[in-house]
Amino acid sequence: MTYPATGPLAPAEQGTLKLVDVRPYGEGEPVTVLIEDGVIVSLDADPDADADRVIEGHGHVLLPGLVDMHVHLREPGREDTETIITGSQAAAKGGFTAVFTMANTAPVMDQPVIAESVWLKGQHAGICDVHPVGSITKGLAGRELTEFGMMATSQAKVRMFSDDGKCVDDPQLMRRALEYAKGQGVLLAQHAEEPRLTEGAVAHEGETAAKLGLRGWPRAAEESIVARDALLARDYGNRVHICHASTTGTVELVAWAKGQGIPLTAEVTPHHLLLTDEKLHTYDGTYRVNPPLREEHDTLALRKALLDGTIDSVATDHAPHGSEDKCCEFEHARPGMLGLETSLAVIADLFIATGEADWRWVAKVMSERPAEIVQLPDHGRPIAEGEPANLTIVDPGATWTAHGADMASKAENTPYEGMDFGAKVTTTILRGRVTCADGVPAEPRENN
Amino acid sequence: MSEHTGGAGTVELLGSDDVARTVARIAHQIIEKTALDSPDATPVMLLGIPSGGVPLAQRLAAKIEEFSGVAVPVGALDITLYRDDLRRGPHRALKPTTIPAGGIDGVTVVLVDDVLCSGRTIRAALDALRDIGRPENIQLAVLVDRGHRQLPIRADYVGKNLPTSRAEDITVLLEAIDGRDAVELIHHEDTREENPR
Amino acid sequence: MKHLLSISDLDRDEIIGLMDEADRFREALEGREIKKLPTLRGRTIYTLFYENSTRTRSSFETAGKWMSADVINLSASTSSVKKGESLKDTALTLASIGADAIIMRHPSSGAAQLVADWVAPGGVGPSVINAGDGTHQHPTQALLDAVTMRQRIGDVAGRKILIVGDVLHSRVVRSNVDLLSTLGAEVVLVAPPTLLPHGVEQWPVRTTQDFDAEIADADVVMMLRVQAERMQGGFFPSHREYATFFGLSKARAARMKKDAIIMHPGPMLRGMEINYAVADYDTTAILQQVNNGVHLRMAVLFTLLVGDSAEAGY
Repeated sequence: MTYPATGPLAPAEQGTLKLVDVRPYGEGEPVTVLIEDGVIVSLDADPDADADRVIEGHGHVLLPGLVDMHVHLREPGREDTETIITGSQAAAKGGFTAVFTMANTAPVMDQPVIAESVWLKGQHAGICDVHPVGSITKGLAGRELTEFGMMATSQAKVRMFSDDGKCVDDPQLMRRALEYAKGQGVLLAQHAEEPRLTEGAVAHEGETAAKLGLRGWPRAAEESIVARDALLARDYGNRVHICHASTTGTVELVAWAKGQGIPLTAEVTPHHLLLTDEKLHTYDGTYRVNPPLREEHDTLALRKALLDGTIDSVATDHAPHGSEDKCCEFEHARPGMLGLETSLAVIADLFIATGEADWRWVAKVMSERPAEIVQLPDHGRPIAEGEPANLTIVDPGATWTAHGADMASKAENTPYEGMDFGAKVTTTILRGRVTCADGVPAEPRENN
Repeated sequence: MSEHTGGAGTVELLGSDDVARTVARIAHQIIEKTALDSPDATPVMLLGIPSGGVPLAQRLAAKIEEFSGVAVPVGALDITLYRDDLRRGPHRALKPTTIPAGGIDGVTVVLVDDVLCSGRTIRAALDALRDIGRPENIQLAVLVDRGHRQLPIRADYVGKNLPTSRAEDITVLLEAIDGRDAVELIHHEDTREENPR
Repeated sequence: MKHLLSISDLDRDEIIGLMDEADRFREALEGREIKKLPTLRGRTIYTLFYENSTRTRSSFETAGKWMSADVINLSASTSSVKKGESLKDTALTLASIGADAIIMRHPSSGAAQLVADWVAPGGVGPSVINAGDGTHQHPTQALLDAVTMRQRIGDVAGRKILIVGDVLHSRVVRSNVDLLSTLGAEVVLVAPPTLLPHGVEQWPVRTTQDFDAEIADADVVMMLRVQAERMQGGFFPSHREYATFFGLSKARAARMKKDAIIMHPGPMLRGMEINYAVADYDTTAILQQVNNGVHLRMAVLFTLLVGDSAEAGY
């Protein structure tokens, strides 16, 4: 099917770009890929052919450019922690060619002009396609619906709406939102958290929180909303997407919903796949996140679900925060972790290094499925002649250590400080423009 | 500390009988000097300094009662908190302190310790007594005086004078703590920093 | 031992060591007119209390002063905290001023640990003593409770200790459970399920709602304060209901074993968790707890501040 067009795109990079010695999806012998004016023209080019720019692939893995359908780029409102430009650079460094930035900015993205300015600013910089996500309710107040239609037909061409950060907990309003969204053909994404069950909660409700004296976030707070929205989608809506699934129970509910033919999709963050609430023993605010880090069996259920497709995609929920909001009492720390620059590495460690999956599967969960879910054209496409050149090259054997201070993101709140990884994005290409070369992100485009 | 190795470097200076005789002699000296058996004498109290001074004080009290018929109150005075070298070296556990009923005001306190060396322990004991009350007299009884005084402190009753060199160490073993009575001299091959008492 | 943050950091020997030293301090000061020991002369101790407390703070202050330390009290309401200074900056300021020890009470769980990490990286810096952090731990309270129990009923190993009340919101309980189980006591928590933390199943305790079934053979009955506000949160339906099922009434107190004792970390809500008259019975050890508190805190200050720590860190 053809997906709805995006807003006006910055022009593709003119000229030729040659990628020598890359292996599409990590399969087969290395080939040379030739890109011209932002389009893949050959997967079998002559390695010695002329080109305006050459990238040495060293036999590394070529993937479709990654798509992150859940990030927070903090502009407008908290530009001290991240901007569209620094966020784009972080994305490019992580191998992403398109990201969807959530509406909980200040002001909230509930007006076409705000969404348009975010879109156009991203295109102007030309480092990543930054798609603004509209809020479901005006001002995230949970009472009146945002103008889905005006937002969708604006220059930003908003196609996904979410109150993420908050839950649309009023069931009647969620019903109306789903019905109305169906009429406009847009996707609703839910941050599943029944707020009355999580009042004052700062950590997963379990053994660790009990021992550490931290108020707990019950599983039922997430699962009750997932169940409710699955039923509402069954009866009233078209598509609904569950953000950052974090519990075994959510996995079971999503599986049930899909079994019923309900158009429910779900994403999982790398940190919920890898980390547990064991991390909380130092009371380091870095590990405070919503939904919270859970127990080992949750991480295992989520991994299994991602492998078998119950969970559709990986999305980082990249959430930059200033150190003053993290280096404090745990219950005062703002929830959220960086994710763009480490996402691929975490997935590679969990699934490729263990032999449980291959790079084709990584392409599916980190690029193809996200693009399908948000109905984004030109990204998550097959690596084939005639396709737009939105690509990323991964060195599958590059060992590196994560440090918050080294990241392109303006903030430093990574939960992987000092952790070693075994795969790294070296190059990212957006419509033929190299937005990350040798692990260094590009600067915003010069021309006005 | 309780092995009688008699091995290289350890020499027994006083055996079990010697110690018993010495204790008895000190007891006689205390009775004589304090005249504690006369009706208008200032009351006497023995305070042993843990660890070795405590069983020693009890034995002295027993001998004093045996010889004079007077039951002298006995207690313990831990001086750890008054040491002047607490911040150096590892944390030291506290030992028990028991001041007999009636307190130390107006009393002749006889401090009892097994070995007198630098005098710092006794100085600490004097500081402690100062905070507890005001004795009429303070006297000192020790089983062994090994010299090497670093402060102007002297004992009123000395069981045995045993001059030693810095490379030597005196160990007092007591029945109640170590299972036998003895005073041993230990030679050290290398010069090592002493921990004077 | 560099800091005292949580009972779970202490092993059996360390716990008994502190309890014994508390007794030594009591002995050392007994009968004295001059309650002064020179041991901490020249040391500067700051108490940093973000929550009000008469009992704990004055207990620590007394302990420090009796050991000749200089004790300076800071409370959040009068300090730069009101101007928005972060906990980290306040802590670092105290370390730079030259604090040898920081005794802190804070409403956030984990605050003492964070401060310890900030002011003494690598184990070099002031010692931090947790005087209560959120609903996490209150180590000196549990230690003085143990000293009190040992005085009144002897060795707690194998004895039955009931702790009754709002376990969920109590830092005293968590410290007591850690300590008593390390010493081999049998711990039973009596509370409605709403006041037990989800995760208590993993604690080395038994839980029950039947106070009457447990009281007759208990050696210690420790009552926890229950705040009336908990009614609003749906934790229990009414004052009357709570007192009926979980209060230490005269009738229940009468059924206690002959030598069993009643304890309470304070402050008490007479008439709520404990009958007015019962609070004054001889079987209570409440004032003894307070008395032991000063000696125990002297032992803690002595252990943390005097002598090289043979093992660095905590």
